[in-house]
Formats: sequence, structure tokens, C-alpha cells
Amino acid sequence: MAQVAHASDRRRLFALLSPAYLWLTLAVFLPLSAMLFFSVLSDMPGADGGWGLTLGNYAAFLENPTYSTLLWKSLKLGATVTFFCVIIGYPCALVLAKSIRGRSREALFLLVILPFWSNSLVRIFSWAIVLRGNGVLERALNWVLPFDIRLNLMFTTEAVTIGLVHSYLPYVILTSYLALQAIDDDILDAARSMGASKLTILRRLLLPLSLPGLLAGAVLVFVPVVGSFMEPRILGGRMGTYYGTVIEDQFVAVYNWPLGAALSFILLAVVLVILGAASPALRKART
Amino acid sequence: MSQVETTRVTKSFGKTKALDDVSLTFDDGGFFALLGPSGSGKTTLLRTIAGFHFPDSGSIRVGERNVEKVPVEKRDIGMMFQNYALFPNLSVADNIGFGLRVRKVGATEEKRRIAEALELVQLRDLGNRMPAQLSGGQRQRVALARAFVTRPKVLLLDEPLSALDKSLRIDMQVELKRIQREVGITTIFVTHDQEEALTLADRIGILRDGRLVQAGPPREVYDRPATAFAAGFLGDANWIPEALLGGLALPAALPFGPTRYATRPEALTISATRPEGNALPARLVSRVFAGAMATLLLDVAGEPWKLIARDRDIPAVAEGQEVWLGWAAGDTLAVAA
Repeated sequence: MAQVAHASDRRRLFALLSPAYLWLTLAVFLPLSAMLFFSVLSDMPGADGGWGLTLGNYAAFLENPTYSTLLWKSLKLGATVTFFCVIIGYPCALVLAKSIRGRSREALFLLVILPFWSNSLVRIFSWAIVLRGNGVLERALNWVLPFDIRLNLMFTTEAVTIGLVHSYLPYVILTSYLALQAIDDDILDAARSMGASKLTILRRLLLPLSLPGLLAGAVLVFVPVVGSFMEPRILGGRMGTYYGTVIEDQFVAVYNWPLGAALSFILLAVVLVILGAASPALRKART
Repeated sequence: MSQVETTRVTKSFGKTKALDDVSLTFDDGGFFALLGPSGSGKTTLLRTIAGFHFPDSGSIRVGERNVEKVPVEKRDIGMMFQNYALFPNLSVADNIGFGLRVRKVGATEEKRRIAEALELVQLRDLGNRMPAQLSGGQRQRVALARAFVTRPKVLLLDEPLSALDKSLRIDMQVELKRIQREVGITTIFVTHDQEEALTLADRIGILRDGRLVQAGPPREVYDRPATAFAAGFLGDANWIPEALLGGLALPAALPFGPTRYATRPEALTISATRPEGNALPARLVSRVFAGAMATLLLDVAGEPWKLIARDRDIPAVAEGQEVWLGWAAGDTLAVAA
């Protein structure tokens, strides 16, 4: 389009896009550049003893195996949470988009995005109340079940996973719902008229046609979960040391911004590499 | 291939009765058109025969089998949708092969039948295309091939040609009729276009407000409409004002209910003086020239009339001039009001 546009069109295009570019420069490019600058500093600016440029912060990641172990742990957490979000969210979106009609759909939709309405800290602490030993969940189970069970989920990897799945589930539901909603009902009727079972329709039509939405939702979950620190810290306790919490520590506790920045950029690079490796699949889904 | 029969089928959606006591027989191998204005229940009847919804009462028979409680997946029908509903993620060949795959006919048989179907709809080389790469007429052919390739007992077409532009539509009418004849499947199609129904079908049924008004061969329904609605919906009807009925030679009144009399626009002749036989005075409102044919819009004692004839057969008459319209006594229609 840009090649064939006239000069006046190009000017108008630039004028219309400039607020967006300005915003991107201020909110993304400048902070990222600042962080990149920090990541190659030997010490905090203004600290005693002066400071210089170094790649030592990146070397620290390679020298100390703890960092890569934690990064691997965070990636596994991201994969687990994404998996559960997809397993739970996609059927939800399917029912919402194709089985429920009218007002009840609106009501259920509001319930789905309810996690977005509440403050995330409040949400995490309410999970803490539910999951802790002798907490709401354990009492409820003991009240229903005839035998006594001890269910102390608090400060476990499971608790972190549950909290994160709850926080990020709406993304998968929303993106899948939009993709499923766009599928013409006549297509499904046509498949039924040819004798296709529900499973065949799901496998050969619904899933392939809504895959772009599902994958977009999965990416929206995976990327922030890998760098998450709030849920692991509060719900994970002693088990909750992840790559994200280590980065947070560098910024707010240890006050080693250069190392924190370097670790952040390594995370960014790893996530970009993973998305890059997955992009052929993503591109195929779009056509 | 089977005869299809609906017996006293009734279907309501909430308070509206979409189908009210519809009994129809669709001949084995025949081409039946369901005709009616929008909201007449024609699509509901088609979808009920397909099995997308079940009738509240009444029965539906396909061949020897009663199917009114059988869901659509198990009815062995072929259906073509108004917007074609091609699967956008599958190629033309895979679209056509979808129903064959479901029926597990085997890879070689599947391939053979896809090729055969593509041949029949004259899309031999387009099997690898995606639906988005096809023109409207080609999509229509794919949708048709997909509907009949499984050799269903009955082929249901929902407004099959309405999405095409006019010149393509006439080509496709001819095509559709040829393919239906070659395949020989009992075919039921829904349309609101009376011309399409007359051209394609060997039997038509007119529906109004969920009720069957009249069914029969196109010529019979056109020449002897049962009701005023059928006369006005299939072709044009010139209603003879009641005050002018005296002095005309009319067919016998219907045995029950009030009778209305009408003529068809093409049955009329125009002259300056009163002709022999049935004739009424009229005033010319306007003349619409359409190449070979012309339509005269006339006023007969306040009733709007139409006359259609070859343009060269109509004498020059000024607008507003008084004329006489004549017709043969046998061309008068007597219908239930």
C-alpha cells in the first residue's frame, strides 16, 4: 500500500499513525533502551567507586547454574499453566459460542471475565485463604466426603499453578470465543447434513478454523506466566522461587539493577526464540 | 433415491406457527419447488425434512422409513445452503469428499467419486483450489457436488441460485436441471423466485403463513390457481371488479366460499372499439417498453390491470386514453377469495 500511496496520502497516514508511534517510543522503546543500557553497567550509576561498561551481568547467567535452572523451571510453569488454560478454556469458549444463546450467554460471559474485574493481589490472597491447610477448600471437602483428608496445597507448585490458571484463563476463553464465534453456523449444519458426528465436526472444522484464536490465547498466557513473580511469591512460599521472582529481587531487594536488567533481557530473548520456533505453526494456522 | 412424504406436519417456534398441517408428496426422482414469500415456512419445511428440527406433530417418510424422530446426521440427505457453506479450511476436493470420508467409503472409492462429481459439475481441474479462490458460480457447483456425491436419498436446496447475479443464474438454472436429471435424485428446493420455480421444477407447492396453498405441476398451478393468493403470487392477476361482472361470460362459481374472477396479463387484447366476447373498458396509465415485450399499466374501474404482449402487436395509444380490453371466455380464472 505504501508504494502506491500518493505523497498527500503518505502525509495523512503519517499524521494518523504518529500518536501510536509516539506512544510506542515513550512506553516501549525508551524504557527498553534504558534497561538495555543498565544491563551492561558494572554497577548502579551514582554508586561509590564509579561504574563502567561490562558484559559481566550476562556472564553471571552462564556462570551460575541457578539462573538457568530457574529459567527452565519458569518455562515449565509457563507450559503447564498454558496447557491447563487451553484444556479448560477452549471447551468453555466452545460451549459459550456454539451452544448457548441469548441472555444466558451474556451472563456467563460476564462470569468468565470476572477475574479481570478484581485486583490481582486480592485475587491471589483469596486463593491463599481457599488453599491453605484447614482452609475453605479442605473444610468443604471434609464436609462432603465421609473420610478425613488433609489437603495442604498452600506453598506448593500446585497452588502457584492454580492461581496462575485462574488469572490467565480469560485470555484463552476470550480469544477462542472470538474465533469460534466467527465460524458460520451453516458450515456446521452442512457437516451435520453429510452425517458428521460432533467429534468429526470438532476435529476437522471447529478446531482448525479456530486455531489462530486458540494459539493467540496460548501466547498471551505463556509469555507473562514465564516472567510472573506475584503468584509464585504469595502462593508458592518456599517453593515459589522462579526466574521472575529472582529478577524482582534484583530490582527491589538486592538493588542490583544491572543484573536484573540482564536477566530480563535473557528472558525476553528466550521467549522470542520460542515464539520464533513456533511461528511456522502459527503462520500455518492463520491461512 | 426415494419418495418423500410429509403428513400433517406442524411446527411452532414459540407462539408462531411456522408450519401448519402440511401434507405433501415429493415424487421419486422428481424436482419439486417450494415457493412462497419470506416467512411462509418454506425454509422451515425444508429444514424439517432435513432433520434440523423435529415436527411437533405429523410424520415424515423418506422411502420406506419414518424419519420424523431421526436427527439430521442419520437421515442420509444432501443439502445445499443459500450461502453454500463451503468449508473454508478444506480444498474443493476435500469439501466434496467430506461426506464420503464420514461414510468410510475407502480412499480409492473416495477419489473416484470426487473425480466423477467434479466432472459432472464441470470443475475437473479445480480440485486443489481453496473455496476462497473460486468465483460465485464455481462455489455453487462445489456446494452442489458436495451435496449429491454421497448419493443421498433426497437432495435439499435452500435458495440455490439467489446469491448469483442474473445472467449467471440463468446459466445455472440450465446446469442445475441437467445435473438433477443425470443424478436422478429426488430434489426439493426452496425459492421465492416464481420464474425459477416455473423453469426448474416439475412440481411446485405454494406456501403461505405455514400452510400449503396449492401443489401441482407448474402449468396446472399457473393455469388453474386455487386461491387469490396463488393467482397473484405465481404470475400476475388482473382482478375483475365485482360491479363489472354482469354481462361477462364467466366460469361457474366455486361450490363454497366467495369466488373472485381474474385474467392473466398475456391473455388480454387491446382495441379502440368494443371487441366480441368478454370485454371491459379501461384507461391507459403508462406503457413500459422492454425490448421484445411491452407491459401496459391500465386502470379498470379503479383496479390496476396489466397487459403483456409483443411490443409490435400493441397499437400506439396515448396515456390517459380510453380503450377496450378483450379476452377469450376460457381465459377467465375463478379462484377462492
